[in-house]
Amino acid sequence: MAVFDALDLNLVWFVLVGILLTGYAILDGFDLGVGILHLLTKTDTERRLMLNSIGPVWDGNEVWLVTGGGALFAAFPDVYATAFSAFYMPFMLLLVMLIFRAVAIEFRSKENWAWWRKMWDIGFSISSLMSAMLLGTALGNIGYGIPLGADQEFYGHWLSLLNPYALLVGVTTVALFAMHGSIYVVMKTEGELQARVQGWIKRTIAFFGITYIITTMTTLLYVPQMTEHIRNQPWFFVIAIIDALLIANIPREIYYKREFNAFVCSCLNIVCLMSLFALGVFPYLLPSNPIHQHGLTIYNAASSDDTLKIMLIIAILAIPLVLSYTASVYWIFRGKVKLTSKSY
Amino acid sequence: MTLLTTPLLSVAPVLASLFNPVMLSRIQFGLTISFHYIFPILSIGLGLLLVIMEGLYLKTNDEMYHRLTQFWVTVFALIFGIGVATGIVMEFQFGTNWANYSRFVGDVFGSALAAEGLFAFFLESGFLAILVFGWDRVSKQMHFFSTVMVALGAHFSAVWIVVANSWQQTPAGFHLVEHNGLMRAEITDFWAMVFNPSSVSRLAHVIPGAWLAGAFLVMSVSAFYLLKKRHIETAMAGMKIGLCVAIVSSLLQLATGHESALVVAKYQPAKLAAMEGHFNSEGPADLHAFGWVDVKNKMTYGPAIPGGLSMLVHLNFQNPLQAFEQIPVKGLDQIAKNEQPPIQFTFQAFHAMVALGLLMIAMALLGLFMWWRGTLFTSVPVLWCFVPSVLLPQLANQFGWWTAEVGRQPWVVYGLMKTSDGISPAVSGDQILASIIMFSLVYALLFALFLFLLDRKIKKGPVFGDDKSPDLEDGFDLTAQGQRLQQSSQSQEEQK
Repeated sequence: MAVFDALDLNLVWFVLVGILLTGYAILDGFDLGVGILHLLTKTDTERRLMLNSIGPVWDGNEVWLVTGGGALFAAFPDVYATAFSAFYMPFMLLLVMLIFRAVAIEFRSKENWAWWRKMWDIGFSISSLMSAMLLGTALGNIGYGIPLGADQEFYGHWLSLLNPYALLVGVTTVALFAMHGSIYVVMKTEGELQARVQGWIKRTIAFFGITYIITTMTTLLYVPQMTEHIRNQPWFFVIAIIDALLIANIPREIYYKREFNAFVCSCLNIVCLMSLFALGVFPYLLPSNPIHQHGLTIYNAASSDDTLKIMLIIAILAIPLVLSYTASVYWIFRGKVKLTSKSY
Repeated sequence: MTLLTTPLLSVAPVLASLFNPVMLSRIQFGLTISFHYIFPILSIGLGLLLVIMEGLYLKTNDEMYHRLTQFWVTVFALIFGIGVATGIVMEFQFGTNWANYSRFVGDVFGSALAAEGLFAFFLESGFLAILVFGWDRVSKQMHFFSTVMVALGAHFSAVWIVVANSWQQTPAGFHLVEHNGLMRAEITDFWAMVFNPSSVSRLAHVIPGAWLAGAFLVMSVSAFYLLKKRHIETAMAGMKIGLCVAIVSSLLQLATGHESALVVAKYQPAKLAAMEGHFNSEGPADLHAFGWVDVKNKMTYGPAIPGGLSMLVHLNFQNPLQAFEQIPVKGLDQIAKNEQPPIQFTFQAFHAMVALGLLMIAMALLGLFMWWRGTLFTSVPVLWCFVPSVLLPQLANQFGWWTAEVGRQPWVVYGLMKTSDGISPAVSGDQILASIIMFSLVYALLFALFLFLLDRKIKKGPVFGDDKSPDLEDGFDLTAQGQRLQQSSQSQEEQK
């Protein structure tokens, strides 16, 4: 495949893994957000509407995480090995949370008992919140860098992963998903529930805005290496400006009852945030702190060029298929959510 | 004091050797994969049966097949949900618990795993939404198409994961290269990796095994309904469809199992020798019906066909008489002690699988005979045999995988990397112990809930017309009035 020889395959795969994880953040982001807000609704019908708004799509959304993980394994096996074993305890907890979440969605409405439904409602909400928090904390640690040895192995204690910066990114992620989820619910519901959730949007935007500003300030002060590329190439700053405009536009679109536009803005906001993060860590995938030379980059942690080429062919074949299934499922289940006998 | 501490001190090293990170990681992987594997085989098998059921509905336009399909779709959704949740655990564990292994195989193994995600999981999960929630939103044909796609997706995922696992059993299409100071396997020929010596024969054995799991689940539930004289029409249809699939698959297993064993004989002689408890490379190799391996004295006791293993391994249709020459088979005596798998375990797991496989053939043939005689749907003892039969393929599949995976030991990648070299250096034993305890508790709870809900679903049966569930009273306040609600649902049940 001579066509690929001119490409920097490592860069291509950095972008592709980034796209998969951004896809995951956008898609599972709103259904985790729905979970975070779930307990704020009071009646059973409202809770069923919340659940069924994500009903047909949530497990498809989770597949983006599975595939993102698989792509990371295949394209950058050393990053996959080092990061996953370094984040052992948080990831085990994340797995348990994802299991609980799946089970809570699946089991909640199968029985009529109030205690049963209440138990799974709480389970669904806590596991959604914890999943978002743990994913954000992992991201925060990657941004800050974790202590790596010359052998690429993590040598810190796992409790050191719960440092203030990482936890701050975790909280910001929770706020981001709560905002994204509230906009999604407004788009998918009508009547009383919609009116109420519309009231929450202001608060979720404010919550996200505050955490975002604090995270940015902390990053500028304490994690200067994250902003190096933007300092060197000031035009990257445009992304941050576009992002701010997108966030500011959300309340406006909600005011004019253009919920779909508001949701698109929220999705693009996540794209901007992930791009800024990717710019911040590039060319590293797993930076090392304090010894920066031990960090894993897209070059020293990658698979061979042959594998990256084969995988690129697989991706080129599969991505149009994946996008068409995803689009058709969202198209078939478009419009406001209605409860039927097949619903959760 | 010394009297007390001496036995304690002698036990401590044993415990320590048992609870080292290698053993713990193996326990955790074994536990999580065995639990996970209950569900994907049901998705594959039930997927095929759903295609047949809904195909019959489309062909005959008979409402009975519609009900049958709808009922099994709800069961399918429950199974699929747990399969996905426990499957994510499997993917994460390669990195969390087997970091060195991941570094070593990522270049080869990762592409098969990523292909599984891209080609199979998206297909499956996308169309599952239409399968479960789309009855009223798409046409009948589109719904059937979705069912076919979900079944295909389930089969594709088996293809890629069995390819990846087979590469570990019989590595091909790679070379060893130094990378960051360590050796790793890098791909040289993608198709040689995909079609490595064992992948086709193993896939041919795994897929019918999954079909059996689906078929026996449907037959078991149908037999239960027939005994209770409920939903008789749909139960008869389920029984017939299940029986057809079971006959074909159980007989296929005989042929593909033989084929698979030949590949093992050629590429993994230590595994074959352990499967049969075969120590002596000189004499003819016997074939045991069952037995006990005396590992210390290198003897295997139990009823056996003398020279049976030699005969099976060297079966030659061009020269059938050659089989009676009892050509020797490589035994455990020619394999270094530190390259032998656990012999007793492999022997017992293998023989349990074979026995269960033969039992399934017998049951399928019995069912067919009774169907031909016209007494299948009324014979109480035969129906009672079918009710617990759902366990047979589940156990056979578990024993089969245990044979394959334990028989491969001490290698994680056959001949290239030992299991003990594959672990994560950054993870300590107590962390793994904590996660084992966590998973054991969560999986026990999950399994109890799964059985509870499956049982309720089965008791409710394929009834959809007067479907009231799962509505609670509209606008009901869960936080304050749970009490009243429970009472009202109780009184509803009493009315029924």
